[in-house]
Amino acid sequence: MNHASGQQTGNLPDINQRNADWYIDKIVQYLVFLSGISAIILIVGIFIFVTIEGFGFLLEDFSFREFFLSPWWEPTDDDEPTYGILALMAGTASVTGLAMLVAIPFSLGSAIYVAEFATGKTRETLKVLIELLAAIPSVVWGFIGLSIMNPLIIDLFDVPVGLNILNAGVILGLMAAPIMTSICEDALKAVPDRYREAAEALGGTRWQVIYKTVLPAAKNGLLGGVLLGVGRGFGETMAVLMATGHAINMPSSVFDSVRALTATIAAELGETAVGSPHYQALFTIGIFLFTITFIINLTADLIVRGIRKS
Amino acid sequence: MDSGIDMNTTTQTEIEANTELAIGTSALNLWYGDFQALYDINLAIKQGVVTSMIGPSGCGKSTFLRSVNRINERLGYVIINGSIDVFGNNIYDPEVELVQVRKQVGMVFQRPNPLPTSIRENILFGHKLHNRDKKYSRDDEDEIVEESLQQVLLWDKVKDHLKRKATELSLEEQQKLCIARLLPVKPRILLMDEPCSALDPKGTAAVEELIWELRGKYSILIVTHNMAQARRASEECIFMLMGKVIEHTDTADMFVTPQHQETADYIEGRYG
Repeated sequence: MNHASGQQTGNLPDINQRNADWYIDKIVQYLVFLSGISAIILIVGIFIFVTIEGFGFLLEDFSFREFFLSPWWEPTDDDEPTYGILALMAGTASVTGLAMLVAIPFSLGSAIYVAEFATGKTRETLKVLIELLAAIPSVVWGFIGLSIMNPLIIDLFDVPVGLNILNAGVILGLMAAPIMTSICEDALKAVPDRYREAAEALGGTRWQVIYKTVLPAAKNGLLGGVLLGVGRGFGETMAVLMATGHAINMPSSVFDSVRALTATIAAELGETAVGSPHYQALFTIGIFLFTITFIINLTADLIVRGIRKS
Repeated sequence: MDSGIDMNTTTQTEIEANTELAIGTSALNLWYGDFQALYDINLAIKQGVVTSMIGPSGCGKSTFLRSVNRINERLGYVIINGSIDVFGNNIYDPEVELVQVRKQVGMVFQRPNPLPTSIRENILFGHKLHNRDKKYSRDDEDEIVEESLQQVLLWDKVKDHLKRKATELSLEEQQKLCIARLLPVKPRILLMDEPCSALDPKGTAAVEELIWELRGKYSILIVTHNMAQARRASEECIFMLMGKVIEHTDTADMFVTPQHQETADYIEGRYG
């Protein structure tokens, strides 16, 4: 009798015991949590920093009319500095617009080919190549714009300067195309195969199946991909700085040199006195860019998430 | 659902009177890569009759069905020799246009697969593909939609919300819609690959009833793993095993006096 009961109590584990595994588990949980929220903290931190730096300008020298509607960006004028970003916005918008004209057909075309036509090794190779293209540093693209596109445009169109909207638009379009291709391809792959089978069994040709069934079913994802490309275009700095000609100008044709918002910050920030109105004006441009790209990316993300859910 | 045996006897005379073949195959062999799925299939499937194909999983019945409209070729690694004649024309002839084959041979899949558009658009999808050069007014199209949905006994249920997304319908209704959208293309053969396996008993009964309705107007070839269904809903029956056709007779005879031991064993449930 004693023997039996002794054995039972002896075998009962101590339920309050915490061994090393328990502590490691807790620590890892906190670490992962911290790294998880750090991204959010950093983004909020950056936004606050940029806002504080630009805030002085917003309070004192900022005039909504002048800032958004004047094409004169003359912050270093000794008598009367003006801070108008209209020409810079026109520069960014025209380059991004042209870039999308270049990138959308390219990326849609290659996404359709990779997702719907290519099979086996071809498909895998192409996917790797596209990822590789997306990893080319933007300064390299800028270099291509300066040293290859520039003389090419001068030769082809007989214009005095080859650093202009056309140059930057093409370069930026080629830069944005790989990431857009990737996302559009994901969107096409997410279309269930039974839709294709249904349409094909009804007698659709390959192209009819894609055009009438796959593309409409994937349209949200495709739109998301294009919007991310637009976001990329707005935010791109180095290649645009090198290929646009960096001249403040309200463009009237694709052969005009322009200057982009991002390139202005990159080129001028290092040469201004910290805290001066010029310095603060540049940060205000930063706030503006940040807000726009944030909205574009958020919209794109929501659209893409939308399809995943349904 | 009326008793299938009853109807078999009534249609017997029609079958004999009408000897033109809907599908005829000779020495059909099919490989998926290295794996041979069909061996020397020689079948003569009559026009205007509901023919069912039964057999254990992997016996090749779906494979055969999917080669009659050449949808198998989507896979890309299918090799076929021999021939399949659809109303006397070999559909594996190199000259044959795939789209024309699929116009003649409609297919209903195991899982209902309506397109993610409206009910109306689903019905008109095939019609629009094949009549691109002709102009149809909205009234003509409405008529086509109504007629097709009437035929599958779905019109009364959906006539007030034709703009609703087809994917929101119940599975049974989706499957009926998938049959309905074949009709405007005017196929002569309907292939059905286990059309009821995703449906509940009520839905199954409804779709079987529909198959009976369509018999005569179309030659229907239906693959099923459900022997009771083959017995209820078909006039002729084909039993396949390991990629070969074992027996092909009237459904009534197959289930009462099977000619082969394998058939008898399968019907009695000794394997499968």
